[in-house]
Amino acid sequence: MSDPFKGIEPMVYQSKINVPYSWWAGDTASKFYITLRDEKIILGTKCETCNKVFLPPRKVCPSCFTENREWVTLADEGTVLSFTVARRRFAAIPNNKKVPVIWGLIKLDGADTAMLHYLDEIKPENVTIGMRVKAVFSEVRQGTIRDISHFKPVQ
Amino acid sequence: MAHQKKNRNVGIIGIGQTKHSSHREDVNQPELIHEAVSLALKDADLTMKEINCVVHGNMELFEMVHSPDLWHVLGTGAYGKDSIRITTGGTVGATLSCASDNLVASGMYDIVMAIGFEKLQEGHTTGGITNMADPLWFRKIQAGALTGSSAYDVEREFGLERANRASLTYRIIMDKHAGLNPNAHRAFGLDFNQIDDLIRTSPKLVGELKLIEMCSQSDGACCVIFACEKKAKELAKTPVWIRDHITAHKEETFNIFGYNRAFPVMKTHKFAAKQLFERNGIKDPLNYFDVFEMYDPASWWAIDWIRDFFALKGDEHLKLVENKEIMIGGKMPINPSGGVIGSNPIGATALIRVAEAALQVRGNAGPHQIPTPVNHALASGFGGTMWTVMTMLEKDLNW
Ligand SMILES: [Zn+2]
Repeated sequence: MSDPFKGIEPMVYQSKINVPYSWWAGDTASKFYITLRDEKIILGTKCETCNKVFLPPRKVCPSCFTENREWVTLADEGTVLSFTVARRRFAAIPNNKKVPVIWGLIKLDGADTAMLHYLDEIKPENVTIGMRVKAVFSEVRQGTIRDISHFKPVQ
Repeated sequence: MAHQKKNRNVGIIGIGQTKHSSHREDVNQPELIHEAVSLALKDADLTMKEINCVVHGNMELFEMVHSPDLWHVLGTGAYGKDSIRITTGGTVGATLSCASDNLVASGMYDIVMAIGFEKLQEGHTTGGITNMADPLWFRKIQAGALTGSSAYDVEREFGLERANRASLTYRIIMDKHAGLNPNAHRAFGLDFNQIDDLIRTSPKLVGELKLIEMCSQSDGACCVIFACEKKAKELAKTPVWIRDHITAHKEETFNIFGYNRAFPVMKTHKFAAKQLFERNGIKDPLNYFDVFEMYDPASWWAIDWIRDFFALKGDEHLKLVENKEIMIGGKMPINPSGGVIGSNPIGATALIRVAEAALQVRGNAGPHQIPTPVNHALASGFGGTMWTVMTMLEKDLNW
């Protein structure tokens, strides 16, 4: 039997879809970012029923499903719950950060949940779970999570 | 058609929806969903503890969030619960209702919560919709709901003047209904004496399809709670029973199976309605149903589809519109809520049809409640590649 596809080069159809998106932060996250940008203060929300403080701030308590009405000012110091080290560059690493980059899950004093952020001013081999770290705010703040530059070890 | 009697009856016992709007900057997606979920729980006097399974749905790609049911868990309350995500295009809301009905009827769960949501202002609808077409052959012409062909068909059959006036009459009736519905997105306060002006001044999108005749892009969420007969009777004063539902659709790309005269491209509504009414022994649906919540993406489609759904002859469908028999108080009130033309958060839209039909049966829809008793209600969903979903609701378990 002869191969009917012999000598036919499969074509690849090149196309592109341009898809712009915008995601609205909502009142709760907006208040967090504005306060961070303008006052260098880290806010969490509190569930009065469960007595839990959420960072990132959540409008609704995921446990009891009621609205978190109370705002709590959190310390800029906390504890490393976990961390990971990226030793190769990839797209998620901003241009102004050099590998190795350390990500940590940091539970700030006063919060019940941890936030993801960079650990810096320390070598990867010296990071330990349970170590105390402090927020370093960025000089130029634009209302994003990088208004905190990174967390550094508490001396 | 393989279709068997339900294993057990299912009733709607809770309904919640947000105010639909073009802009909800004050909430993110899970926060928006939480509003509808809270309202439905309050309506049913339940907490999340009593919900056995959460069925989540929206349009794929519209908000560019992967596995939105996981991200939305903060708003859906599905943390630690059985949960299923469904996406069937514009019909997704109706499919949520079908799936919830089946999940409860099967005996798998006693109480199921369906959540439909969309934040169209965050995404790019045509960017999402265009992906439904075969990339090699038809993608470039896929424009979603912006279709002028219905306008052309009605115009050719009944003349431009009558067709245009019927379409605008339908549109203004929807605006009047939306004006009564506090959750509706758009209510301009239009009146019938504006028909000629609107025909002249409303920008044309495709052929005779005008901007004023098109549905909105809305942000909004809807939540409906379904329960088995035993639980529904225990928990709800007036559960609304789901008698039957049907789904019909065409192939992804038009006519890959060849053109079949028995099922012309746009006639899934006609096909689905015929099957549904036949198997339920309903000979005269126009007399049987007290209200119809129809998925009407544009007024041209709406006036054309009335004929398909009710198997009407000649110009009977246009007369229903022209004589305003589809208004609240008329022979067959269509979309007392203002319909899709009034509010269109797409993933929620078809579930809102079921929810609004159920509210009419309960008798507490609000200012847009039909004044006469509603015992039998019909809801339809439409979307994607000519999908039809129809749902029949009943006040009494007596069929
Ligand atoms: Zn709580």
